[in-house]
Amino acid sequence: MRVVIAEDAVLLREGLAGLLERFGHTVVASVGDAPGLLAAVAEHWPEAVVTDVRMPPGFTDEGLRAALQLRGRHPELAVLVLSQYVEQTYAAELLDSGDGAGVGYLLKDRIGDVREFVDALDRVAAGGTVVDPEVVRQLLRRRRDPLDRLTPREQEVLGLIAEGRTNASIAKELFVTEAAVAKHIANIFAKLDLPPAADGHRRVLAVLAYLRQG
Amino acid sequence: MEALTRRPLPFLGSAWPWRCAAYLMASVVPGAVIGLVAAVAQVLPEPLVYVAGPGVLVLSLFPLARFERLRLRLVDGVPLPEVPDRRRREAGLAVMTLLAMWWIDLIMVAFTVAGPALLILTPVVQPEVAPTVGVMASVAGVLLLPVAAYTVTAWGGARGAMARAILAPQGSELSEVLRSRARLVDAFEMERRRIERDLHDGAQQRLVALSMTLGMARLDLPEDSEAGRLLGLAHGEAKQALAELRELIRGVHSPILTDRGLAAAVRDVAGRSPVPVSVDVEVGRLPAPVEVTAYYVISEALANLAKHSRATEGVVIGRIQRGILVVEVRDDGVGGADPAKGTGLTGLADRLAVVEGRLSLSSPIGGPTLLRVEIPCA
Repeated sequence: MRVVIAEDAVLLREGLAGLLERFGHTVVASVGDAPGLLAAVAEHWPEAVVTDVRMPPGFTDEGLRAALQLRGRHPELAVLVLSQYVEQTYAAELLDSGDGAGVGYLLKDRIGDVREFVDALDRVAAGGTVVDPEVVRQLLRRRRDPLDRLTPREQEVLGLIAEGRTNASIAKELFVTEAAVAKHIANIFAKLDLPPAADGHRRVLAVLAYLRQG
Repeated sequence: MEALTRRPLPFLGSAWPWRCAAYLMASVVPGAVIGLVAAVAQVLPEPLVYVAGPGVLVLSLFPLARFERLRLRLVDGVPLPEVPDRRRREAGLAVMTLLAMWWIDLIMVAFTVAGPALLILTPVVQPEVAPTVGVMASVAGVLLLPVAAYTVTAWGGARGAMARAILAPQGSELSEVLRSRARLVDAFEMERRRIERDLHDGAQQRLVALSMTLGMARLDLPEDSEAGRLLGLAHGEAKQALAELRELIRGVHSPILTDRGLAAAVRDVAGRSPVPVSVDVEVGRLPAPVEVTAYYVISEALANLAKHSRATEGVVIGRIQRGILVVEVRDDGVGGADPAKGTGLTGLADRLAVVEGRLSLSSPIGGPTLLRVEIPCA
């Protein structure tokens, strides 16, 4: 996969490039600010972009704004946004851009879990939606009434769906079979009055939309 | 005025009665102005009087105001603070002095001082009265002198207080204190922002890089080897340190508040509350001191809600009403929040005072608790 990285801290930028190349991806450009990111995408036509939120010149949310701009211009471009802190507003803006497919929003900490991080990027590039567990935790906390009807295990599964995990990945995380996961999911969707959905980003979006209503 | 409360002998020995008398006697100057106008009016022909009379009065206003300021020092040692509408206030004082105060001052002095003086001088000015009566009158006059001292000092003090009230309204010193406190809070806020920035650019980035390097190294080492196990521990520690650092930074300064304003920052705080809190804040971007203060007050209120209220849910509502940011934080908890008990609520009120905000709290035992904050946004 051809990737453009935007990150102003040199140490991290180099590290990210090394990491992605190690997993067989091609980093076609690494830049240090938002205008550089826009230019690199126009020049290289990558399949995916990994960008920091806070970058020069203003050190506020330039990376996120650039990401939203790119989503508007190239709906097929996968965008994974990394942030030093969790902000629901950022997640919401990303999910609302395009149809919410092919975006990811993760805490920078997650880079440390190398395999999962690369896996998340792959899912985003495949048109999936990835949301940081921390954001999901905040969303789950906001709505108590209908969620109280879920068993603790079902709540756990709901959170993992919202993060954008597949059935297989949820099964692995919880040490259960995929069939058990499928059963939990069916229960959850029934209890929350959500239309049943297959494994895929539509299901993720349905759950996120549900959680964000509150 | 405080001089009056001293014991009689030190008071009578002090300079205050004399200073007050001098202060009041100085009213001959505005009196002379009026006299001058009257004299001019006598001399000038009809139509000119109507122009020259008021003209002289108006021209004399500001010199008179200066004179009032000067003579106020006789009875009031505290310097007058600067006020924005100084000229208007000075003109007002001068008009009041010209129209009424000067003759009241002089009459007060005349009665209180001239009365005893005439009594004392009875044997001289009224030689026809019997000598015993004359002496008694003199004694009575001497006895009345201290009373005169009190009267003159009281009126002088009251008169000075009036002049001060007109020249510098109450609270103008207070607003200067508030302004300097606001500057201090701004300076603190700048410093916090700098610390947050330094931590973000420094330690935080390095820890992410460290965690990434450790993660990469783990790929190359079998999990079950001794080195792999230690590496796993180190990786866990690095991630823990990152999480703790992030919490610390959030406490120092909220980057979301700076980036996206109060509504987003409040949603963020509410999202991390262990008690579900719904947020209905519909305000745009506000002046930075207002946003920062409101943010800290709401954060503290939500922290209290989670710690003490035993509530099952909370609500934060924020609106702008006629230029005032009004925020309400409610919960369905047990109530009994008492500003006197903890420093938290008092601290909130102190923070609010700097931006001239107000805090009201209703928290009966048994609940519910409603905290209301108003901050002017101008």
